[in-house]
Amino acid sequence: MTELLFLPVMAGLAVALVAGPMGAFVVWRRMAFFGDTLAHGALLGAAFGLAAGTGLYLSVVLVCLALSLVLVALQHQRHLASDTLLGIVAHTTLALGIIAVSLMPDLRIDLFAFLFGDLLAVNETDVWALWGGAAVILAGLLVCWRPLLSVTVDEDLAQVEGTRVILMRVLLMLMLALLIAGAIRIVGVLLISSLLVIPAASARRLANTPEQMAVIASLFGVVAVLGGILVSWFGNTPVGPSIVVAAASLFVITLAVRQR
Amino acid sequence: MANALLTLNQVSLALGGQPVLESVDLCLQRGRIVTLIGPNGAGKTTLARVVLGLVQPDSGQVVRQPRLRIGYMPQHIRIDDSFPLTVDRFLSLAANCRTRDRREALARTGVAALRSRAVQRLSGGEWQRVLLARALLRKPDLLVLDEPAQGVDVAGQNALYGLLAEVREELGCAILLISHDLHMVMAATDEVVCLQQHVCCSGTPEAVSRDPAFRALFAGQHVPAENLAVYTHDHDHDHDLHGDVHACEHHHHD
Repeated sequence: MTELLFLPVMAGLAVALVAGPMGAFVVWRRMAFFGDTLAHGALLGAAFGLAAGTGLYLSVVLVCLALSLVLVALQHQRHLASDTLLGIVAHTTLALGIIAVSLMPDLRIDLFAFLFGDLLAVNETDVWALWGGAAVILAGLLVCWRPLLSVTVDEDLAQVEGTRVILMRVLLMLMLALLIAGAIRIVGVLLISSLLVIPAASARRLANTPEQMAVIASLFGVVAVLGGILVSWFGNTPVGPSIVVAAASLFVITLAVRQR
Repeated sequence: MANALLTLNQVSLALGGQPVLESVDLCLQRGRIVTLIGPNGAGKTTLARVVLGLVQPDSGQVVRQPRLRIGYMPQHIRIDDSFPLTVDRFLSLAANCRTRDRREALARTGVAALRSRAVQRLSGGEWQRVLLARALLRKPDLLVLDEPAQGVDVAGQNALYGLLAEVREELGCAILLISHDLHMVMAATDEVVCLQQHVCCSGTPEAVSRDPAFRALFAGQHVPAENLAVYTHDHDHDHDLHGDVHACEHHHHD
C-alpha cells in the first residue's frame, strides 16, 4: 500500500501546502469565483494541448496563466459587476473547451478524470512538476508577503504608501492560475475552489494573524489530502471528492470552536 | 515656490463624461494647512485622489516633489471579516517601524488601548483615529485627511485639530483637509479652497468667508447663516455646533 500511495500522497501534499496561503488570499479578497473561472478555462487549455501536440498539462498551465491576465484586465472596466463577467468567461471557456474536445474524435480525453481529478494516476514526473510549481508559488508568497497583505487590506492606501498594486494583483492571479493548473490533477476542475476555500475558512476561527491563518490552512489541507486518500483506499471511493469531504468535515469540526 | 511639495496646474478631469474638476490650481507647501470645502458632489474627494496619485487628470499638470512621503487617512476602509488583523498589525503594514513607534502613534491619537483589538471590531470614530495613527507613523511630508471630523464629537474635533497643529509643527509637513463641514475646520486652517468643480474662491478663512462666491455656495443651503462665522484669535466667546454663542471662560484678551 505504501509504495502505491507514495506518489499520490506526495502530489497531494504539494498542492495542499500551497493551497493554504493561496486559499487565505482567495477568502480575504473574495476571489473564489476567479478560481472557478480559471479552472473552467483549463479544459480549453487541455484541448489546445492535445490538438497542438504539446503536453496536456503544460498547455493547461499556459491557458490558465493567460486567462488570469485577461481577468485582471477585465477588472479595470466598470460596466459590469465582476461576478457577472466571471460567469460569462467561465462558462464560455468551458463550452469552447467541450466543443474543441468533441471536434477531435480520434483524441481520447478522460473527461471524468478532468472534472473530478485522477490523483491515483500521477507519475513521478507529475510529482516533480507539482513540487516545482509549489516552490515557485511559495517563493513568490514569501518575497511579496507584506505588499500582498497591504493590497488585500486596502488598495488605495497601499498605492499611496508606495506599494505596486497592479503588480501585486497580477502576481496573485498568476500564482493562483499556476496552483489551479496543478490542483486539477488532485480534485479536478469542478472541485478546485473547495480545496482553496475550505481549509482557509476552517483556519479562520483558530487564527489571530494572517500568518497563522495561512499556516493552519496548509495543515488542514494536508490532513484533508491524507484523510481523503485513506478513505478512498479503504472505502473504494473516488479520491478527489473524498479529499473535499474530508476538508468539509474538518470545517464542521472547527465550527464547534469558540470564536476568539 | 521654493517649498512647494505638490502643485496642481489647471487640472481637469471628467468621470463617465461628467466634468468633475475644471481647471483646478492648488499648491501645497510645507508647514501649511489647506482645507478643501465644497458641497457634496463638488469633486473634493476626486481632487484628493489626484493629489494622492490615485487617478490621473485628463489635462493639466501635477508636479510632485521627488520622493514625497504621503500619509493618507481615507474616510473609511472596509476589511473583510475573514481577515484576522489586529490594530497593531494593521499599523505595521504602513511602514517599517518598531513596536514602540506604533504604541506612540496610537497613544497620540488617543487609542492606545485598542492596540490588540481586531480591526473589524472598531467603531467609526475609533477607526478614524487608527487610520490617523497609521498616516502619522509614516512621518509624512504631506498628510491628506478625508473628512477627519466625520462622526467625531465636538470635544474630539477640537482634540483632532489641536493634534494636527502639533503634527504640523513637529514634522513641518503640509496638511490637506477635506471637509463639507464649514464650522470647525475654518479655525485651524491657513488657507481655505472652496471647490465646486472649479475653485470658486480661496484664501485665508476670513477672506473666504467674506467672499460673495463662498456665500452664494453655502448660504441659503442647509447651513444656517450664523455658522458661516469664522473663528479668529480675538474671539472672546465660543460657538457650539448649533451656532449658539457661549461666553468663554479661559480665552479673555486684554
